[in-house]
Amino acid sequence: MEFPHLERMRLRRCDSAASVPQFCNSPTVIVMVGLPARGKTYISKKLTRYLNWIGVPTKMFNVGQYRREAVKIYKNFEFFKPDNEEAMRIRKACAAAALKDVSAYFTKEQGQVAVFDATNTTRERRAVIISLAKEKGYKVFFVESICDDPEIIAENIKQVKSGSPDYVDRDIDEAMEDFVQRIECYKASYMPIDDEKDRKLSYIKIFDVGSRYLVNRVQDHIQSRIVYYLMNIHVTPRSIYLSRHGESELNLLGRIGGDSGLSPRGLKYANALADFIRSQKITDLKVWTSHMKRTIQTAETLGVQYEQWKALNEIDAGVCEELTYEEIQENFPEEFALRDQDKYRYRYPKGESYEDLVHRLEPVIMELERQENVLVVCHQAVMRCLLAYFLDKPADELPYLRCPLHTVLKLTPIAYGCKVESYFLNIEAVNTHRERPRNVNINRDTEEALQTVPDHV
Amino acid sequence: MLDNEEFMLDSYPRELTQNPLKKIWMPCRNGHIAQRRVCMTNCPTLIVTVGLPARGKTYISKKLTRYLNWIGVPTKEFNVGQYRRECLKIYKSFEFFRPDNEEGLKIRRQCATSALNDVRQYLSVEGGQVAVFDATNTTRERRGTIVKFAEQNGFKVFFVESVCEDPDVIAQNIVQVKLGSPDYLHCNSEEAIEDFMKRIKCYESSYQPLDEVLDRDLSYIKIMDVGRRYLVNRVVDHIQSRIVYYLMNIHITPRSIYLCRHGESDLNIKGRIGGDSGLSARGKEFAKHLRKFIQEQNIKDLKVWTSQMKRTIQTAECLGVPYEQWKSLNEIDAGVCEEMMYEEIQEHYPLEFALRDQDKYRYRYPKGESYEDLVQRLEPVIMELERQENILVICHQAVMRCLLAYFLDKTADELPYLNCPLHTVLKLTPVAYGCKVESVYLGVDSVNTHRDRPENVNVQRSTEDALQTVPAHF
Repeated sequence: MEFPHLERMRLRRCDSAASVPQFCNSPTVIVMVGLPARGKTYISKKLTRYLNWIGVPTKMFNVGQYRREAVKIYKNFEFFKPDNEEAMRIRKACAAAALKDVSAYFTKEQGQVAVFDATNTTRERRAVIISLAKEKGYKVFFVESICDDPEIIAENIKQVKSGSPDYVDRDIDEAMEDFVQRIECYKASYMPIDDEKDRKLSYIKIFDVGSRYLVNRVQDHIQSRIVYYLMNIHVTPRSIYLSRHGESELNLLGRIGGDSGLSPRGLKYANALADFIRSQKITDLKVWTSHMKRTIQTAETLGVQYEQWKALNEIDAGVCEELTYEEIQENFPEEFALRDQDKYRYRYPKGESYEDLVHRLEPVIMELERQENVLVVCHQAVMRCLLAYFLDKPADELPYLRCPLHTVLKLTPIAYGCKVESYFLNIEAVNTHRERPRNVNINRDTEEALQTVPDHV
Repeated sequence: MLDNEEFMLDSYPRELTQNPLKKIWMPCRNGHIAQRRVCMTNCPTLIVTVGLPARGKTYISKKLTRYLNWIGVPTKEFNVGQYRRECLKIYKSFEFFRPDNEEGLKIRRQCATSALNDVRQYLSVEGGQVAVFDATNTTRERRGTIVKFAEQNGFKVFFVESVCEDPDVIAQNIVQVKLGSPDYLHCNSEEAIEDFMKRIKCYESSYQPLDEVLDRDLSYIKIMDVGRRYLVNRVVDHIQSRIVYYLMNIHITPRSIYLCRHGESDLNIKGRIGGDSGLSARGKEFAKHLRKFIQEQNIKDLKVWTSQMKRTIQTAECLGVPYEQWKSLNEIDAGVCEEMMYEEIQEHYPLEFALRDQDKYRYRYPKGESYEDLVQRLEPVIMELERQENILVICHQAVMRCLLAYFLDKTADELPYLNCPLHTVLKLTPVAYGCKVESVYLGVDSVNTHRDRPENVNVQRSTEDALQTVPAHF
C-alpha cells in the first residue's frame, strides 16, 4: 500500500476493532452516589465488568476497601458518626488516596474509565472530585442510586453486608443492626444530586432499582452506552443456562466451523437436554439459538418456542472453515502460529477474531441482561465470550475457557458475582478444546504446532 | 399465533430444511415450512406524544418511525393535525383552538377518535407493530382515553413528552416547520408566527404534564430542553428500551453527513464483487479529488470513518486527517460468490442468482450475508452517526445503500437498488422533518457497478435474461 505524502502533522489513527470507537478521548471518572446498601458496589462491579468486556479498560476503586486497609479492625457503626473527627480524617484520607490511584490508573496504566465507588453523599465531597477532574482533564459522570423501600434495603444488607469483612465475627442479626445504624449516620448529611443546583453536571439518578431514571447532560458515546446499560440491568432473581449444540458431524471429524447437523450422540444429547430442562422446572424459559443447523436441531427437541439469533453464530474461520487443525497447519502454518500467539485478537483471513465476536455479541448480552430465565444454545467460541462476560474473565483467558460439548452451565447471579453450576449430561462426545501449545513461534515444526490438537476420527 | 405452536404436537426432532432465499433453518412437516416470525415485540405498542405545539413532537414522531421501520419493526405515524386538516379543509385562525370553542373541541375529539380507529386497524388487522400517535395529548383526560383504548385492544402504551421553555428553540421550530405548514400557506411569516404563538397559548392553561406521582404507573420518557435532560419511567420491554436509547442519542444541532464509496478498485474494474483489493489509478485520483473537495467545504471538526477494507482506508489515507476504522462498515459478505463476476455467478449458481433478483433485500448469499443482515450490522453505526456532528463516511455500495435508506426513509424493496455510484459524494443535511441531499460527482471516471433488477427473475430464465442488466467491465 503506497501512502501519499502527508503535508500536515503526523497522522494519528484510532483502530476500532472493538465496539467502542475513540480510544483517544479524555478518561472518564464514574462517581457513585448514595446511602449505604443502595447497590452502589453492585452497580460499580457490574459496570466495570461490562466495560472491560466490550474493550474499554476500566477499574473500580472502592473507598471502603481503602478504609479497611487503613483501619484494619472495624469495631462498630460509631466509626461513621458525623462527629467522629478522627474517623472523618481517616475517611477523607482514604478518599484522597483512592483518587490518587485513579490518576495513576489513567496516566500510567492507560485506563479509560475509573469507577469511584463510595457514598459521596455530600456536595462538598463531590466538589473535591469535580475540581480534581477539571484540573486533570477528566470527564465526570455521576451515578446516584436512590431507594427507600425497606424490604430492598434489608435484602441488600443480608446478601452482601453480612458477608463483608467488617462483619466476619458477627452473626446476621448483629450485623444487620449495626449496619442500619451506619446508614443513619449518613442520612443527616445526605445531599442528593440536585436537579437545579447540579444542572451542569452529567449524571443518571436511578430510583427504586430501575423503576425510574433521571438522566442529565450525557456528554459522549461512552456515557450514552453506560446509561443504556444501567437502564437495562435488573436484580430480579433468575438463571441463565449456557450450552453448546449437541456433537455435530464435523465435530467428529475434527473439522472447525461449517454448518453440519448433529451426530447420533449429538441427538442423544438434545434429548438429554430436554429432560434436564424439564427437571429444572423453570418458569417462563426463553430459548435462543444461532442460525446454524446444529443449534437449531438441538433446540428442536425441547418442544418449546425458540428464537434464532444470527449474532450467536460460531466464529467465522474464513479460509479455514471446515478444515482440520492438521490441514490448517499444512496450508496456513504462519496463520496457525499467529493465532496461538494472540488468540483473542487474531482474525482468520476473511474471517473473524474473538475480539470481533465480542462486538457481535454485545446486543445479545444487553438483551440477556433484560431477560429473566434464558437457555442459550450456541457454539464453543461464542460460549467462551458469553462466559467471560458473566465470570469477568480477561481477554487472554477468554479464548481458552473450557466449554466442552454436552455440558450445561447454569449461571445464577448472587451478591456481586455469579454462581456457576456445571452439568455434564452423560452423553460421550469428542473433545474440541485445543490448549495453547508451548511453541508458538512461526518457525516451529509441525509436531510442535499440532501438540495440543484433540483426538478425532 | 406462531405456526410453531401447532407443530409442537409432532414427534421430535422435526426435520429441518433451509429456506433457499434467507438460508434460515426451519422445521418442516410434509415439506411445508413453518413461517416463524422472529419479532421484537410481543403485543403491539402505541407510542403517544405529549407536549405543547412547537415542542418537536412531529419531528420526533417522524424520526422514530423512520428508525423503527429501518431496523425492521413495522411502524406508522398518525398525526391528528392531518386528520383535522382533512376534516376542516380551511384553517382560519388560532380561534379554532380556543378552549371555549365548543364546535372546535368537538371536531378535534372526533379527529382523535378517527385517528385511534386507524391505529387499531393498523396494529390489529394490518400487522403493524408500533403506531406513533402524534398529537398534543396535553390533558390527563385525553391521555386517559388513550390508555383505555389501548387496554381494550391489547396494546402497550409508551408516552414521549417533550418539554421546552427556551423561547429561541421554540421560535426556531416555528420558522423551520410551521411557516411551511398547509395551515399558513396564505399568510406571510409575521402573521403566521403571531397566530401560532396565540395557538400555543390556547393549550397552555389546560396543559397537565406527565406527573412523577400521579402518573407513576405509566411508561414514559420526558425529554426536557431538547435532550439536555430525560426522565424515564417504567420501561417494560425490549422495544421501549430501544426507543429510549434512540431518543437519548438524537440531537438537532445543525451538521452534515457526507457519504461516499471508496475510490474505484482493481476488482471493480474487472467487474468482480467483494474481495479486498486496492485502488485503481482512477481510484487514487478520486481520493485526491475527495481531499480537495473536503478542504473546500471547510467543515468544522470533521470526523472520518472507513471500513476495515483496504480500498476505503487507502481513500481516507489521502485526506491527511485522522480517521476511524469500523469493521461494521465492511461491504456485504458475498460468501461463496466473493470475487466473482456476475457472469461467473450465473454460470456456477444460476439458482442463487435468480433468488437474489426475486428478493434482493432478504436474499442471503450462501455462507454470506443479506441486506437485511447488513442493516442489523449497521445499526450501531447509525446510532453513533446520530450522536455525531459533521462526519464523512467512506464505505461500500451495499453499505451506503443501507445508510442512505435510513436517512431518506427508503423502503426495503427500494434499498438494494438505490443509486450509489463511485466517485460521487452525497452531502446529507437534516432540514425540517427530513434530509436535504446534494450529490457531488467529483469528475473522475469510473466503471458503473449498479446492476438493475432484470425483467426475468424466474429460476428457469436463460443466461441472456439473467445477465441483461450487468454493467460493462473489462
